Amino acid sequence: MSIWRQLSHGVRALFDRKTADEDIADEVKQYLDEATEALMASGLTPAEARRAARLEHGDASVIREQVRSYGWENVVEAGATDLRHAARRLRRSPGFTVVAVFTVALGIGASTSILSVLNPILFDALPYPDSDRLVAVTDRSIDGAPVEVTFGTYREVADRGRSFESLAVMRPWRPTLVGEGEPERLDGQQVSAGYFDVLGVTPALGDGFDPADDRVSGRRVVILADGLWRRRFGGDSAIVGRDVRLDGQAFTVAGVMPPGFENVLAPTAQVWSLLQYDASLPSHDGREWGHHLRMLARLRAGVGLAAVRADLDAIARQPVREFARPAWASLDRGLAVAPLRDEVAGPVRPTLLAVLGAVVLLLAIACVNVTHQLLARGVRYRGELAIRTALGAGRGRLMRQLLTESLLLAALGGALGVLLAALGVEALRALAPPGLPRTDAIGIDGTVLGAAVGVTTVVGLIAGLGAALIAPRGDLSVELQLASRRSTGNHLPARRALVVAQVALALVLLVGAGLLLRSLQRLFVVPAGFDPANVLVLQVQTSGERFDDDVATSLFFDQALQAVRGVGGVLSAGLTSQLPLSGDFDRYGVTLTPADEAGADGGAFRYAVSPDYFETLRIPLQRGRLLDASDDRAGAPRAVVINASLAARRFPGRDPIGERVHVGRTDLPAYTIVGIVADVKQASLAVAGEEAVYVPAAQWYFADRARWLVVRTQGDPADLTTAVKQAIWSVDADQPIVRTSTLPHMLAVSEAQRRFALIVFEAFALLALVLAGIGIYGVLAGSVAERTRELGLRAALGASRGNVLGLVIGQGLTMAAAGTVVGLVTAVVTSRLLSSLLFGVSRLDPLTYVGGIAVLTAVTVIACWIPARRAARVDPAITLRME
Amino acid sequence: MQDANQDVIQGTLDMLILKTVSLAPLHGYGIARRIEEISRDVFKVNAGSLLTALKRLERAGWLDSEWRQTENSRRAKFYRLTRSGRKQLGVETADWNRRIAAVARVLGAES
Repeated sequence: MSIWRQLSHGVRALFDRKTADEDIADEVKQYLDEATEALMASGLTPAEARRAARLEHGDASVIREQVRSYGWENVVEAGATDLRHAARRLRRSPGFTVVAVFTVALGIGASTSILSVLNPILFDALPYPDSDRLVAVTDRSIDGAPVEVTFGTYREVADRGRSFESLAVMRPWRPTLVGEGEPERLDGQQVSAGYFDVLGVTPALGDGFDPADDRVSGRRVVILADGLWRRRFGGDSAIVGRDVRLDGQAFTVAGVMPPGFENVLAPTAQVWSLLQYDASLPSHDGREWGHHLRMLARLRAGVGLAAVRADLDAIARQPVREFARPAWASLDRGLAVAPLRDEVAGPVRPTLLAVLGAVVLLLAIACVNVTHQLLARGVRYRGELAIRTALGAGRGRLMRQLLTESLLLAALGGALGVLLAALGVEALRALAPPGLPRTDAIGIDGTVLGAAVGVTTVVGLIAGLGAALIAPRGDLSVELQLASRRSTGNHLPARRALVVAQVALALVLLVGAGLLLRSLQRLFVVPAGFDPANVLVLQVQTSGERFDDDVATSLFFDQALQAVRGVGGVLSAGLTSQLPLSGDFDRYGVTLTPADEAGADGGAFRYAVSPDYFETLRIPLQRGRLLDASDDRAGAPRAVVINASLAARRFPGRDPIGERVHVGRTDLPAYTIVGIVADVKQASLAVAGEEAVYVPAAQWYFADRARWLVVRTQGDPADLTTAVKQAIWSVDADQPIVRTSTLPHMLAVSEAQRRFALIVFEAFALLALVLAGIGIYGVLAGSVAERTRELGLRAALGASRGNVLGLVIGQGLTMAAAGTVVGLVTAVVTSRLLSSLLFGVSRLDPLTYVGGIAVLTAVTVIACWIPARRAARVDPAITLRME
Repeated sequence: MQDANQDVIQGTLDMLILKTVSLAPLHGYGIARRIEEISRDVFKVNAGSLLTALKRLERAGWLDSEWRQTENSRRAKFYRLTRSGRKQLGVETADWNRRIAAVARVLGAES
C-alpha cells in the first residue's frame, strides 16, 4: 500500500475538487461513449445506443458519485461540511452560543487551573531520579500520629536498616547572611552529609558535602541555591572554596545547586549546611535525642514498601545495646514509612481532593447545561430537522451534525477556558494556602493542556450525544405538522430531567459550601485561648557573633522589650520563644519527679516567655499564680506554669501545684509548678488537648535567638508597626525583624486551607445556582408558550391570575423538588469527601442541608416568576382567536 | 445466459484488472471489454465498480495512469501496471490458485 499516494491523491482532491471531479466526469463520459459506439457498431441508432448503454452501465451521474465517494478525503469533506453547518447554526443563535460557550469556558477554565495546581502535587513524579524510591520515615507519638525522629533513631536505622541505599536527616535553619548589601535572613536547612545523595542531585558547582565534615566542630561548609548565588554573589563561578558569613561565622562554600533544583521538603530553602551532631550519641540529654529531624531515605532498587515496613518493625522491636534508647524515643509504637510524594502532598491532600470534587461537579453542570441549551435551541430547529429527515438525511447524519455542533461549542469554550485558566492559575497562586507544596511547579504545561483538551472533548461528546439521543425521534408527519405550526416547547420531559440534574448538582455544591462555611464559623468561635484583638507580633532574630553569648542575647531582647513598652499607644508587651498559630512547633519532653508511666510522648510545647506574656495575650490563669518578674532571673528558684491539658493528663486526680518536673534535659534541676493556665491553640484551631509548659526565659538552659515580641495596642495594631520597629532598632539597628503581623491575621491565615476550599465551593455553588436558575426559567418559559391556549381557556373559564401564577410556579417547584431529592442523596454520599475538612459540624448537618434547599427554592421561585407572570397576563380573547 | 450469474466473483475484480492491464495499458472501458471477452462473457463488469476499483488500485500504487488519445482519437485515461502492481498480481494469483485448488479438492472429495 502506498500511503504517500493515498495522501497526495486525497489532498489533491480536497484542494482542487473541481479538477478531480472533471477528471472523473471525463473518464465516465469516455467510458459511456465507447459503450455507445460499440452498440452503434452492432446496428443501433445513436439514440437507441445511448439509451441501451445507460441501461446496461448505469446513469453517468450515479457512476460519477460512486467513484467520487471513494477515498478518505470524502470523510474530511463531510466533517468540514458538518462544521460549516454547525458554525452557521451557532451564528444564527448568538445568545445561545454565548451562554453555552461561557458555560464550557468556566468549567474548563476552573478545572484546568485547579488541575495545574493538583498535577505536580498529586500526579507528577517528584523531580528526582527514581523518585519512586524516595520515602519519608517518621516516629510515632502516643496517638499514632507521625512525629519527627531523633538523631539517635536516625543513626540506628542508618546502621541497622537493610532496605536503604542511603538515608538523611534535616532540620530547618534560618541563618542571617551578612556581607555586601543588607543583612538578610535566609531560609535554609541543616542536613546530614548524604542529603543530596538521597535526592540524587549533585551540585552544579563544587563537590558538595564531605561526610568527614559532618561531626561536632567540623569544618563549617555551606551549599548555596542557584537563585541565592546569582542574586547575592553575582553568579561568580569562583565562589566554591571561598567564605561567606552566616550568623557572623565564616562558612566555606562547598557547592552551588543547579538552577532547576527543587527542594520539595523545604521549597524556600536557599542554603544548606551540615547538622554536625555527635554520631557517638554520648548521652540522652543532648540535642541528638530531640524529636526534631525529618528523615528521608532512598530505597534499594526493587525494595517495596512492605519490605521496608518489615525491616523498620524489626529494628524498632529489637533494641540493641549499641543504640540504647531513652524513654521518649523507645520506638515502642514502631516507625512509619510513606512514599516521599505522599509526605509532600499529605497535608494538603484533603483540601485538594475536595476541590477536585467540586471541579468534577462543575464540569458535570457544564455538560448538562450545554445539552440543555442544545435541546432548548434545537426546538426551534425541530422543523428543519424533520424536513431534512423527510428529504432523506439519515439519522446518523443528523446525529453527527448535533455532535459536531456540540464539539464545536466545546472547542470554543475550551479555548476560552484555557485562556481563563492562565488567569486562574495566577489567582490560585495568590490564593493558595501557605504550605501548599511545589508552588514553583504550578503552571499550564503539556500534561495539563492535554487534560484540558481531553476534558473538552468529553464535555462536547457527552453534551452532543445526550442531545442527539433525546432529540429528533418519533413520527415524521407529526414533526412536520409541528414545524408548520408555530409550536415550541418540545422535548420538555427530557429538558425537565436535565433541569432536575442541574438542580441536584447545584444542591451538592451548595451543601459542600455550606458545610465548609459552618466549619469555618465554628472554628473561629473556638476560643484560641488568648485574646487576639489589637495584638501586634514581630519575630526578631539576633544576628552576629556577639550574640553567641547567651547573656548578650537576653540583654538585647530585654532592652528591646523595654523600648517597645515606651512607644505611645502600647498597652503591654511581652516576649515568647514561640507564638500560637504561627507554624512554630517547638516541643520538649516533660519528665515528672518521680517519673510517671505516661512518659514524655511527643512532648509539650515549650514557651520561654517574659512574665508579662500572659497579661499581653490575656491567657487566663486557672490555679496558682503566673510567672512574675522575680522568676525571670537566672538564679531564682526554677518555676514553671503548665496548661490545663498537661495538668489533666499527667496529674489526674491531684493538684499539680508544687510538683516538680524536668522540661527537656533531666540532668538540670527540676522546675516547680507554680500555676495552671487555660489551653492555648498552638498547631491549629482544630486541634484540642495540646500540652504546654511556660518557663521564664532567663531560667531556660539556652537563650532562644529568635523570639516573638507580642504587643497589645490601644488602637489598630498595624498603625504602630513602624514605631515598634524603630524602637527595636533603637537598641540595635542590625537585628533583622523576620516576620511582622497581627494576631487576628495569623488566626485567619492558620485556617487558610479550609478558607481556600470554601472560596472554591462558594464560587462554584454560585455558578451552579445561576445555571440551574436559567435552566428552570428556560423550561417554564417554553412550557408557558406552548400552553398559551390552555392558559387562555382557563382564564376564560374564570381562573384567577393567582391560580395561573400558582400553576406555573408549582410546575417549577415540582422540578426543583425532584432535583432536591436526587441532590440530597448525592450530597449525603459525596460529603464524605469533605469530612476531613469539616470541624465541629457533621457532614450530615441538617441545618446546612435545609439552608441549601432554602436557597435553591428561592432561586426556583425567582426563575419561575417571569414565565408565571407572562402566563397570568394571557388574554383569553386573543388566545381563543388565535385558533 | 440471461439467468446465469454474471457478477465478478467477490474479491477477484482487483486481480482481474491487474492481470488485464499487465498485458497492455488500457482505459476503463477497454479493461471491462477485455475481461468480458477473455472470460467469454461469463463476467460482466459494472462501470461504477470498475472505475472505483481503478481509483483504489491507483491510490494503492499498483497502477499508474495517464490521459492520452485512443485509436478512435478520443481522450481516455490509460492505466498501466507498476512494479509493485506486478508483485501484487503475483501474490493475488498465487493466493487465488491455492484457494481454487482447495475448493476443487473439497468438491472432488469422494464420500
